[in-house]
Amino acid sequence: MSAAAPAAGWKAWLTAEVAQSATQARAQRLWFGWLKFLRNPLAVAGLAVILALGVVAIFAPWIASHDPMAQDLARRLQPPSAAHWFGTDQVGRDIYSRVVHGSRITLYIVFLVAIIVAPLGLLIGTVAGYAGGKVDAALMRLTDVFLAFPGLVLALAFVAALGPGLFNAVIAIALTNWPGFARLARAETLVVRSSDYVAASRIQGASPVRIVLRHIVPMCIPSVIVRTSLSMAGVILTAAGLGFLGLGAQPPSPEWGAMLSSGRRFLIDYWWMTTFPGLAIMLVSLAFNLLGDGLRDVLDPRSE
Amino acid sequence: MPVDPVVALVGDQADKQTYEAVYKRLGLDQPLPVQFGYYLRDIATGNFGTAITTGHPVIEDIQRVFPATLELATLALLAGVLLGVPLGVAAAVWQGRWPDHVVRLFGLVGYSIPHFWLGLIALVIFYANLRWIGGSGRVSLGLVDVVPNVTGMILVDAMLDRNWEVLRDALRHIVMPALILATTSMAYLSRMTRSFMLEQLGQEYVTTARIKGLSRFGVTLHAFRNIAVQLVTVVVLAYGGLLDGAVLTETVFGWPGFGQYLTSGLLAGDMNVVLTCTLLVGVIFVTLNLLSDVLYRTLDPRTR
Repeated sequence: MSAAAPAAGWKAWLTAEVAQSATQARAQRLWFGWLKFLRNPLAVAGLAVILALGVVAIFAPWIASHDPMAQDLARRLQPPSAAHWFGTDQVGRDIYSRVVHGSRITLYIVFLVAIIVAPLGLLIGTVAGYAGGKVDAALMRLTDVFLAFPGLVLALAFVAALGPGLFNAVIAIALTNWPGFARLARAETLVVRSSDYVAASRIQGASPVRIVLRHIVPMCIPSVIVRTSLSMAGVILTAAGLGFLGLGAQPPSPEWGAMLSSGRRFLIDYWWMTTFPGLAIMLVSLAFNLLGDGLRDVLDPRSE
Repeated sequence: MPVDPVVALVGDQADKQTYEAVYKRLGLDQPLPVQFGYYLRDIATGNFGTAITTGHPVIEDIQRVFPATLELATLALLAGVLLGVPLGVAAAVWQGRWPDHVVRLFGLVGYSIPHFWLGLIALVIFYANLRWIGGSGRVSLGLVDVVPNVTGMILVDAMLDRNWEVLRDALRHIVMPALILATTSMAYLSRMTRSFMLEQLGQEYVTTARIKGLSRFGVTLHAFRNIAVQLVTVVVLAYGGLLDGAVLTETVFGWPGFGQYLTSGLLAGDMNVVLTCTLLVGVIFVTLNLLSDVLYRTLDPRTR
């Protein structure tokens, strides 16, 4: 059994010149990818910010200094101070605590959109690419319809139909994002579908479902991961934009875009109400962009 | 925000009879495919319905507000090209050196920053504190409707009227929204220019020219001439992307254009406005994509 670490330890096992098993080969690929990823300081910084976002979201009640909903009219519109690090808003809520709790909403949006969009796009793209013919044409015309509109405008139209709210915003964003993934997966599928190993498995009698799921989908995973990370940067901006327009998460909620929108009325004299939620949006969006770029260098060496 | 189009028309105080009557008049008692058929028929005959918020036919409203957006987007595109393209060229020429890093970081931030937030910050700094730019709207309050409305584009109208005071005031108002709107296209264009230039600079003719003693500047000119066609097609695509950004930028700067019209329609539950605007954006977007393809085919001799 080569899966267990030999006497020389994990490091030797991971860096052995000749892999003894498929498991070892896969582990080695991951290890070398990880080392390559570590050489890119910006990508590591991106990953660190996203991990920090997760930690902040999980431990929000302990990290926040105040209750994000607690109003204190006597202490409203206070500038940043030792008691209120980011100041207070128009009803005396602590902005630092609200930004901390807002990370939960951001993570909720990102997570939900990612688990809807990536599998859906992957499935539709691989099926279209492998089946070809009429199925391909029909599915691709469907993506054309969605790609015929810029993202935010289409999301606005969906929200108009579904009604405002956080969950509907997530659905609207997901609906505008899947076609990109489908196109990507289809392009990857077209490259591998005529390769010898797919032909071999077909000759051995594998069903189309098995070929797509076991032999084609795994080949698309790396580029889908890269695309997911890069898309999430845009998703965060769109969600914040919807919140800002009053169509996403609704006001008492500490969603960053909605916070910006309520801070807008106090913009000129109380700058801290808009500054900190905006910085949070930028930081997280930038982190996903950096992570995506770093992952692309590791997982998808063809581009750039 | 009412999503029920009947409530949007009659208000929630209306009695049941009025509600039923309007419900019938809007054709909502018909099955969905029939309703859709009616809608298609109306569109084919140029009937886009009436905007509840303004009481005018939607198409008239759009004719009124669209020039403002066109003006803003054109100026933004101009800024995006004039700043983004030289940055991309510089990044390619000094690849891997500090100009490259600065341009790439700038591009990443341009992609990650929420533009509506950037707009708010710009208003605080340049309007409220420094007084360099005008506030909301297209001209200061005292100068509204001073020049006759010929084209709907205030800069052009002021020039036609030779009213330099209005022109100067309008420029002070448009410069910031245009620059903010331009950030995405700037980031996009600098990134694309960089990769196009890198591709050209790696060609053998560049090496030959360098060996024969042509200066770095001369080589860059040669290479740039060869990316012109690709660049034109990308610029056309960037124009379409500006429509998306206009929705939020116009809201922040109180710019009475198409984006603000769409948002106010959304918030009022005015489906005629939302549908027509979305449709219009789709048509423009698809047309620009087509134009980009056609330009590429006609300008690049290799595709003939």
